[in-house]
Amino acid sequence: MTAESIFPRLEPLLPKVQKPIQYVGGELNSTVKEWDSADVRWALMYPDAYEVGLPNQGVAILYEILNELPATLAERTYAVWPDLEALMRAEGVPQFTVDAHRPVRAFDVFGVSFSTELGYTNMLTALDLAGIPLVAAERGDDDPIVLAGGHAAFNPEPIADFLDAAVLGDGEQIAIAITEVIREWKDEGRPGGRDELLMRLAESGGVYVPRFYDVDYHPDGRIKRVAPNRPDVPWRVHKHTVMDLDEWPYPKKPLVPLAETVHERFSVEIFRGCTRGCRFCQAGMITRPVRERSITTVGAMVKQGIEESGFNEVGLLSLSSADHSEIGDLAKGLADRYEGTNTSLSLPSTRVDAFNIDLANEFSRNGRRSGLTFAPEGGSERMRKVINKMVTEEDLIRTVTAAYSQGWRQVKLYFMCGLPTETDEDVLGIADLAKKVIKAGREATGSRDIRCTVSIGGFVPKPHTPFQWAGQADHETVDRRLKALRDSLRRDKEYGRAIGYRYHDGKPSIVEGLLSRGDRRVGAVIRAVWEDGGRFDGWSEHFSYERWMAAAERAGVDVDWYTTREREENEVLPWDHLDAGLDREWLWQDWQDAVSGGEVEDCRWTPCYDCGVCPTMGTEIQIGPTGRKLLPLTVV
Amino acid sequence: MQRLRVRYAKRGRLRFTSHRDISRAVERAVRRAGIPVAYSAGFSPHPKISYAGAAPTGVASEAEYLEIGVTTPCDPRQVKTDLDGSLPPGLDVLDVVEAGPGALADRLEVSEWEVRLPGADREHAEEAVQKFLAAGHVEVERLTKKGPRRFDAREAVLRLTVPEGTGRTAAQVPGQSCVILRMVVRHMTPAVRPDDVLTGLRLVADFAPPVPPEVTRLAQGPLDAGTGALADPLDLDRDTTRGGEAGPAGEHVAG
Repeated sequence: MTAESIFPRLEPLLPKVQKPIQYVGGELNSTVKEWDSADVRWALMYPDAYEVGLPNQGVAILYEILNELPATLAERTYAVWPDLEALMRAEGVPQFTVDAHRPVRAFDVFGVSFSTELGYTNMLTALDLAGIPLVAAERGDDDPIVLAGGHAAFNPEPIADFLDAAVLGDGEQIAIAITEVIREWKDEGRPGGRDELLMRLAESGGVYVPRFYDVDYHPDGRIKRVAPNRPDVPWRVHKHTVMDLDEWPYPKKPLVPLAETVHERFSVEIFRGCTRGCRFCQAGMITRPVRERSITTVGAMVKQGIEESGFNEVGLLSLSSADHSEIGDLAKGLADRYEGTNTSLSLPSTRVDAFNIDLANEFSRNGRRSGLTFAPEGGSERMRKVINKMVTEEDLIRTVTAAYSQGWRQVKLYFMCGLPTETDEDVLGIADLAKKVIKAGREATGSRDIRCTVSIGGFVPKPHTPFQWAGQADHETVDRRLKALRDSLRRDKEYGRAIGYRYHDGKPSIVEGLLSRGDRRVGAVIRAVWEDGGRFDGWSEHFSYERWMAAAERAGVDVDWYTTREREENEVLPWDHLDAGLDREWLWQDWQDAVSGGEVEDCRWTPCYDCGVCPTMGTEIQIGPTGRKLLPLTVV
Repeated sequence: MQRLRVRYAKRGRLRFTSHRDISRAVERAVRRAGIPVAYSAGFSPHPKISYAGAAPTGVASEAEYLEIGVTTPCDPRQVKTDLDGSLPPGLDVLDVVEAGPGALADRLEVSEWEVRLPGADREHAEEAVQKFLAAGHVEVERLTKKGPRRFDAREAVLRLTVPEGTGRTAAQVPGQSCVILRMVVRHMTPAVRPDDVLTGLRLVADFAPPVPPEVTRLAQGPLDAGTGALADPLDLDRDTTRGGEAGPAGEHVAG
């Protein structure tokens, strides 16, 4: 199909839509290559609005790596808002990339990165606008390979019918490997068509092709067996792990958007993986082991990224950034380097630990002093033991006292509601904790001008975690507890006005739960919701719980069975054939330990507890300290 | 503190940038270019960059203006090169001068606009323009953030013509005609924009273009009372600042 720019047809539509700049591309450091200069071409999608998708690290990294390959090009596409979707349908304008405004259907691969399951309906919109059949089995040789990645791809079963393939884990090396498989197949004249290409990908063991696996069910609806339906297709598909992040220093040239986006900063991953062992945390389980990027590589990436972008904020990303073995030297080194330049540093995801206040002080030296955020997650000591978030009330009070007495005025606390074994008292414990925080802050500062905000969301059990067997709390229970907590905070005359409260109702969590632990039968619900107009399910103004429930009923899918039902040890889970490296018996034991209050240490500092990842995947923990320091640079 | 006045253009697909988009892009470009921009003091320091009367989102411009405060004196020619090199193509720096006395905003009395109307009928356009100019008062309504607002679109329009010739436009279909309107509009409160004038043309003569118009601001500046011509607002800075060699001769845009 032709890859000519559709921009002349798009341009007359842009004056009629909200924020048209998000559709025009032209970002600094974006890449437009000649179509004919490449023989393998990727369209990469983040299935949400541009303002959310552009800052996504996964897409940015793959975009850069693929465009660095010879004879390969990659462009980006995002979900279009309903106003433009309607105009595109009326005028016959297909889903396009923002780089060269080429139609998505002209590419070899349509790669979609799912951080969350709530992007599934947006993928269907993009496929449909692109003119690509929604159902993978109906696609022909001219259609791209539709490939999913990202954390949600660790259970892609609910969207299995719409996918040609899925990849688990770090994308850097496997994206290159897939490119070479496609190149070879095209060079040979596409022998065997689409089917053979998918076979070549599946045989490698690193790419999951759902159509090559059959799922059998018991009469009661549980899965009986998931098995390959052809020879040479492996029984299990394994995740990918990039070892030595210093060898992969991406992004080098950050995309700088013209439109406003949710993160306006240059972000560097300072490590991947987390072994803190929080039982609710899918990211911490599926990205093991911990692999640090060295202080010197981070320093060089920050220097280049700031120069190339002009951003005035640097984010040091990871799942628990203060755990980097040289975070102190890194913070001080960067703060020294950017002294007097109005470049601020931020450290998302920090633990409750007094040491982090010193870090925060370093980080705010050159820029704004925003609030501090900590995530105790559970309101009572008992609850925190269940989720293995090893933070005592004493730790928390000590940490916030240090923050308040050093001039911070606002502390945010994150919690979850609906955790396994949770009672009303556990949630009300959050109110007690918040009051103690304010009391300690007032005593430490002698001032009443301090605040804390309690932010709380519904817990969703995720695949590949010890809670994958747990029954999810129903939304009535979650909403009742959230309301009781609100009332308890509001009622308090002494502290209530110093405590902010932000919460989301429990209904969206049920849909997220259905999509997280669903199997192939849930695909019919996703399609029905999409056909009924479901779009942008991650946005509360677009999300409709009623639409999801009505679609489930039409599709004959029992939502409770997928969400609130607790699973038995021997039940075949929809993702059991997808290998995140975690030993199933260890996960089950950890689930049992959770219920009985047993805790797990972090294997970075204590002996291995046999979660299974390193031996299965041939990986190992990579941490410092390297002992090196950041050298001061001459800053313009 | 030295202040630099910058004339820049917003062209092509970058006409879809909003004022906020441009201000972020300029702040980043200033940092990348290494221009020693001054920052405000206080809790949340901001670079000292101010904007005068930005063209609306979707409207192209050859004459947008901003002012940068710098901590050490800079050569305006160097700033022009560096800043232009750091801005994305489509946001193009046309002129930089050191600011003289007086506020730039005070000099931006009128704007000259070009409005391209692909597929519109020329005779109908000419008739609508005549009727509009003949009217003493054309009340139009525009939806603002505060709700619908009614005001007169006629008084601010100093000149309105339908010049000969048609140019190519981005949205133009080959073989399709394109009517061009030129107008000089006084800056007033509430601001009268080219789309308000188009609304007026629809009201007086039922003239409605078939596709969205492509609007470009050609110039902004003081109006020469004698000649009625639009003058370059930066000429005054060139005349008064030291080393102020005559820059690109002030573009006097005739109406």
